Amino acid sequence: MTKIKSLDDLRQKKQQLEQSLDIREKSDHPENLVQIKVAMATCGIASGARTVMNALVEKIKKENIPAVVTQTGCMGYCYAEPTVEVTKPGFDPVVFSYVDVKKAEEIVDKYILNNELIDGILPANYQTI
Amino acid sequence: MNDLALHLLDIVQNSLGAGATFIAVHIDENPRNNTLSMSVEDNGCGMNEEQLQKLSDPFFTSRTTRRVGLGVPLLRQTAEQSGGNLEVVSQPGKGTCLKACFQYDHLDRPPLGDVANAMVLMISANTGVDFAYRYTYNGKSYEISTLQLKDALGDTPLNDLYIMEMIEEMIKENQNDLKVCQIE
Repeated sequence: MTKIKSLDDLRQKKQQLEQSLDIREKSDHPENLVQIKVAMATCGIASGARTVMNALVEKIKKENIPAVVTQTGCMGYCYAEPTVEVTKPGFDPVVFSYVDVKKAEEIVDKYILNNELIDGILPANYQTI
Repeated sequence: MNDLALHLLDIVQNSLGAGATFIAVHIDENPRNNTLSMSVEDNGCGMNEEQLQKLSDPFFTSRTTRRVGLGVPLLRQTAEQSGGNLEVVSQPGKGTCLKACFQYDHLDRPPLGDVANAMVLMISANTGVDFAYRYTYNGKSYEISTLQLKDALGDTPLNDLYIMEMIEEMIKENQNDLKVCQIE
């Protein structure tokens, strides 16, 4: 596999990908996606949110889950960072606390894929505005 | 914070909080002059004099979820303990420019960390915001912006996982090249 170095390489590689149908058309149905938000304020970053975010990205790619991973700010649960909020289509958001790489994989395996709740869920007493 | 890339993620979060639509990040590594600097410039809502003065006060924050704000004070501490400084210039309504300088070979300077990965995470998590990234090593630069990326990729979203991986690889390759070309 050749290395990608320029925008042209990137363009070519993208076309190859599209031909092998690896790219999902996400923008068409955003409401059908699992939304994963990683809290990335100072508190989250300092306790390892970036590792968690990378692990989540890696995992949903491996499992081929239609999901988007985004960042959010601090929700006031600094003591429980890193926190991850998962919103499955048609479900209320669920916030998981003390997430590390292992827990991130557990969230994907148990909650996202099998609807099973796991330890460490924070009570959702806030509303997104 | 273990490395400077984590500080970068944190500072950019401030820019996003200020409603920025364009954020320019510049990392300037210059072992020859023994300096390392990191700057973040945004077009967010900016800060007034009073807010600027209180910026390094850990008990000042514009957020309502909690009463402490450690992002900028931590970065200032890191910069000052490694023989550098932190400058913030801001104009209400126009935007903010933050620049942290470090002494390159200072024992207390944290490693730069994985900036390419940090950039890709920020770009993919905030598709509505445009980013520009410039990496300079001993005066030679590599530049990339989301405008160029969007142009190259057409309507493929930047937060596609395979695309993210490709962009990260591209940034890393080019950064390595800048370094390799200059081994003396």
